[in-house]
Amino acid sequence: MRETTLHTDTITAVEAEHTGAQPPETSSRRMTLNMGPQHPSTHGVLRVVLELDGETILKAVPDIGFLHTGIEKECEVKTWQQVVTLTDRVDYLANLSNNLVYALAVEKLIGDIEIPPKAQWMRVMMAELSRLNSHLVWLGTHALDIGAMTVFFYCFREREDILRILEMFSGQRMMTSYIRIGGLALEPPRGWQQAVGKFIRAFPSKVDEYEELLDSNPIWIRRTQGVGIAPIEELLDLGVTGPMIRAAGVNWDIRKNEPYSSYDKFDFEVPVKTGNDVFARYRVRIGEMRQSARIIVQALEGMPEGAFQADAPKIVLPEREKMKTQMEALIYHFKIVTEGFRVPAGEAYQAVESPRGEIGYYIVSDGTSKPYRVFMRTPSFGNLQAIPALLEGRLLADSIASLGSMDFVLGDVDR
Amino acid sequence: MLPDQLKDHPAAAALDARFPDAIAGGHAEHQEPTLFIAPARIVDACRFLKNEQGFVRLSGITAVDWHPNDPRFEVVYLLHSLANHTRLRLKCWVAAASPEIDSVTSVWRSADWYEREVFDMFGVGFRNHPDLRRILMPSDWQGNPLRKDYPVHGYKYSYKNE
Repeated sequence: MRETTLHTDTITAVEAEHTGAQPPETSSRRMTLNMGPQHPSTHGVLRVVLELDGETILKAVPDIGFLHTGIEKECEVKTWQQVVTLTDRVDYLANLSNNLVYALAVEKLIGDIEIPPKAQWMRVMMAELSRLNSHLVWLGTHALDIGAMTVFFYCFREREDILRILEMFSGQRMMTSYIRIGGLALEPPRGWQQAVGKFIRAFPSKVDEYEELLDSNPIWIRRTQGVGIAPIEELLDLGVTGPMIRAAGVNWDIRKNEPYSSYDKFDFEVPVKTGNDVFARYRVRIGEMRQSARIIVQALEGMPEGAFQADAPKIVLPEREKMKTQMEALIYHFKIVTEGFRVPAGEAYQAVESPRGEIGYYIVSDGTSKPYRVFMRTPSFGNLQAIPALLEGRLLADSIASLGSMDFVLGDVDR
Repeated sequence: MLPDQLKDHPAAAALDARFPDAIAGGHAEHQEPTLFIAPARIVDACRFLKNEQGFVRLSGITAVDWHPNDPRFEVVYLLHSLANHTRLRLKCWVAAASPEIDSVTSVWRSADWYEREVFDMFGVGFRNHPDLRRILMPSDWQGNPLRKDYPVHGYKYSYKNE
């Protein structure tokens, strides 16, 4: 039988302690550990090559690209409206945020298109529902990583309700494509107020339940407090956004600072903590869940009446009934579906606050019916650059908590 | 030369005053200030904007391929200031023959992966980058997928004979 290097090293170390001999040289305790691409706590296919000295991480080198699907390239051969379905697939937890940022960027390029208030408010509500969805999955899986299994079932119970609501609106649980250029895909279904109202009024008490499970759990506290700290200047320099930097005391939320889609009409706060550790990130996200619930309640109560799509027949598909009875509507429908509409040449950058940070789409149009270039500035890609800063010099066991607290989605990293 | 539209933009005016040869043009389409920077001045301009104009964040770096025009590539830098929440876009033209530009990793560390992505996807090189290699595609991949002359289905497979 062949002995592994690690095994021999351990014996030497123990012997050294007992015999009082010199401890082994550091170099003999070094080893390289390949974490991932298939590892439960990397939440997808992320590979991190760790160089260890005993239990301490000396060097962490992230390796990405395993989930690269060429979405940006594919955007260039689809019509403007078809791309919406691709944006869903960038980030399976924040698909509505991706729909929204794409629609906003294209509407900026189109210029003379006015989105009716109802569509804007509905967009806000749906984006916040997907934020809740994302934070619930994060909380459940992160707690599971650290060993608190029950939270996972609680979170997925509420997530199921959100997915049912999304299905009610769009016919799809995850890849909703509900926010389209010019408004929404469908008229909100009958009885949506009751469905959303029932869920959202009960939701704050559910957040209390998660807090009860975790805040009084000494293992959770000891595994998260003081773990995964990196100086805020470094995090900003590395391109980290979202809850990660709000947990480090930076009060920056695109919904507040560069409001889009009538976010300025909603009353909400931006949770900011100064702990800068895994625990602070957890507190920030819990706070965001409560604020999202507030926004959804306001959207529910104050939802404006009116159309759910802009009055732009060349861009928005006509109603089914009109298409069957009116010649003009039939022609527009045919043109949009076969050739697609044209977007004036130009370029635009639009950023929105996704559950993970800044999503920005930089879109270039050459005046044809297909995008010339779509660059997706995804929050997970930016956040992952901080892996060495959070992991190096820390214990291997803490790497699970640190990685989990970053809340990345690998589809969002690799696109 | 600073365009008239951006005469009142404080950061653009300050940059023009400091490095008169840096700005090669610009516009403010859709209220988004955009400056074309002379490629030789990109690191100076970025360092100035970061250290003295408050653009502490680099949101991203990307490129646009204008094949078959020459200069072919437009490298785009998306800057963001946390102090007053303004955004600024910088652009550099890079020629088709031996496309290369100076790396701004010495200004923002976040440029590291974005420049690697541009290198991987467009084949634009970055001088003085600490670790310039492919990031999303496999290391032995041939070609640069986001170039306009790269077919969507890749070179490897042909569907015609199936």
